[in-house]
Amino acid sequence: MATVKRTRTRDNTWQLLQALASRDVKGQYKRTFLGRTWSLINPLAQIAIYWVVFGLLFRATPAPGINSGMEIYGLWLAVGIIVWSYLSGTINDCMTSYISFSGLLKKVYLPRWTLPMSRVLSRTYTFLTELLVLAVICGLFGGWEVILRLIMLVPLVLLTALFAFGLGLLLAVSTVYFRDIEHFWGILTRVWFYGSGVMFPLGIVQSAQEELVERGWTFFGTEIPLVTLFKLNPAFEILTAFRRVLYDFAWPELSSILIIAGWGVVLTALAVLVYNRHQARIVEEL
Amino acid sequence: MPSAIRVEDVTKTFRIYHDRNQSLKGTILQGRRAAYEDFQAVDDVSFEVEKGTTFGLMGRNGSGKSTLLKCVAGILEPNRGSIVTDGRLAAMLEVGSGFHPELSGRENIYLNAAIIGMSKREVDAKFDEIVEFSGVERFIDNAVKNYSSGMYVRLGFSVAIHTRPDILVVDEIFSVGDADFQAKSRQKFHDLKESGTTIMLVSHSVGLMKTFCDQVAWLDHGKLMSVGEAEDIIPEFQASFASAKQPHTASPRAVGLGGVTLESVEVLNSLDESVDIVSPEEPVRIRLRFTAHERLERPVFTLSMANERKQTVFRVNGADRGWIPDAVAAGEHVIDVVAERLPLTEGMYWFNADIRAEGAQEPQANVTRLGALRVDRNEFWTDRSLVQVPWTFEMQQ
Repeated sequence: MATVKRTRTRDNTWQLLQALASRDVKGQYKRTFLGRTWSLINPLAQIAIYWVVFGLLFRATPAPGINSGMEIYGLWLAVGIIVWSYLSGTINDCMTSYISFSGLLKKVYLPRWTLPMSRVLSRTYTFLTELLVLAVICGLFGGWEVILRLIMLVPLVLLTALFAFGLGLLLAVSTVYFRDIEHFWGILTRVWFYGSGVMFPLGIVQSAQEELVERGWTFFGTEIPLVTLFKLNPAFEILTAFRRVLYDFAWPELSSILIIAGWGVVLTALAVLVYNRHQARIVEEL
Repeated sequence: MPSAIRVEDVTKTFRIYHDRNQSLKGTILQGRRAAYEDFQAVDDVSFEVEKGTTFGLMGRNGSGKSTLLKCVAGILEPNRGSIVTDGRLAAMLEVGSGFHPELSGRENIYLNAAIIGMSKREVDAKFDEIVEFSGVERFIDNAVKNYSSGMYVRLGFSVAIHTRPDILVVDEIFSVGDADFQAKSRQKFHDLKESGTTIMLVSHSVGLMKTFCDQVAWLDHGKLMSVGEAEDIIPEFQASFASAKQPHTASPRAVGLGGVTLESVEVLNSLDESVDIVSPEEPVRIRLRFTAHERLERPVFTLSMANERKQTVFRVNGADRGWIPDAVAAGEHVIDVVAERLPLTEGMYWFNADIRAEGAQEPQANVTRLGALRVDRNEFWTDRSLVQVPWTFEMQQ
């Protein structure tokens, strides 16, 4: 077994993470006329598109906000899109971090987990500003009470980041060995997007399930468990929890928090196991 | 003396894939990732580097020296054995590789320094010094993608060298920049050495090894041939080189009227040391010694280099440059041909020299294979070509 031991090194891992993350943030919109505004324009455009398709054409309506009393599909959708973009974007950034930094990895030593982690940091930074804007808008429409629940965003963002980091690191190491995963993940993300209820509420899924039962379509004699499938999806739980805070002005259900935390801890633990086993050979495989 | 780096029984094996297969389909169909063979790049090597000394790794291409250096730097992990390093380590395997093309020079200095392990405060204190050393003051707030390759490399080198690590690991570093910058870099290196930094380096320039290294290790095909004081090991290494590389038709062949005897050709590096091996990127001085037996009017000097296939790859002729002295007196003389670099592909080269009076049919002296030189290119595969033109890639949008 090989051992590599370093003594008396002054680790500046935090500085390194900061530098890498700020490189991501600063480099992202360099030389664009609108600069950082793009990070707001992109989700706004998506919200507008889905609002037209699902809000106007398909008439998706969420339940009224529990404490806010709001019945604004656009805002409900906005929370979903922004949280989903953060989640899928972070996972994707993490996944490609080793491949896109292969030049660096081959020439400089740096703790390898810092690359996906720095991308989580830079994404989270942008996400926080987006959440802030969103909270202000929700407050304008639903009342000042939004402030009372904002504190809940802190653990929610942390747990979501943990989940994204765990899954992202797992994918990052796997992609180095099997490049197919990157493409496969692209397709899976599409399915996942529609399976997370980003632009339609659970009520629609519920009625679809009932309709299937009426038509006599069954799954081994019982009804097709669409709702249960939705609820098993951690992204659905994450979206629901953020909506509870920003749209309903309510505390998220404890079960949501536990499910998100459970997924995050299990995935991160698994990712760390895989990382420890394979990180030494990442450079050779790139 | 305590050791800064301890390498014990280190073995590094690479997989050489026969049918490289990075897809899931292939893995599932074949039930394994790919057929491969193990290649031992470093084979059971042990040595220690004392604190504050400079240690060189020597060997031919494929000897495993760069692999070993990467293991010490932490980029590769050995399969067996242990490496212990004591103190902050900075590696310069390729300068400027941590640069982000869209960010400015200033932003990149902070980024690169953080990768090497410097804190923001340390960079703040050294910032002006770093910029001044690199000589890119005027462009420091421009995106580095607009830098010339020279500026890019100088800035990267400047950051790396100002980090004041306890251990510095360097691979072929002195091929950076122009002669001025190289001189500055060497000075900085001396300063680091003086201030107690442990340096481990790989270089092809034996002259560089002689000047800088206290101890050297000589690797051949991944095995440690010997390790010890530089002055003992380097001649041993050079001797092995000569015996392995000199073809048996090595004796010079001289013709001519005999008014002049061509004594020798030797090659000097930028430190004015005689070398047998040069990198195609370093400046050289080709020194021709001859004895004139009588006064010679208007002599024309010709010096050429031929490769092993007897193709002349490079020729200088005094008449071409109008460099014809009125006369040389009887006695010993030395003439230097100063070349910015010998941009030739890797291989063995012979020097041929000729001295004749202007316009004469018969030379006073003409020697084929007066001297030999090996041009050695580190990790780049440039065989099956004749010249090594300095080049870079540029992606166009």
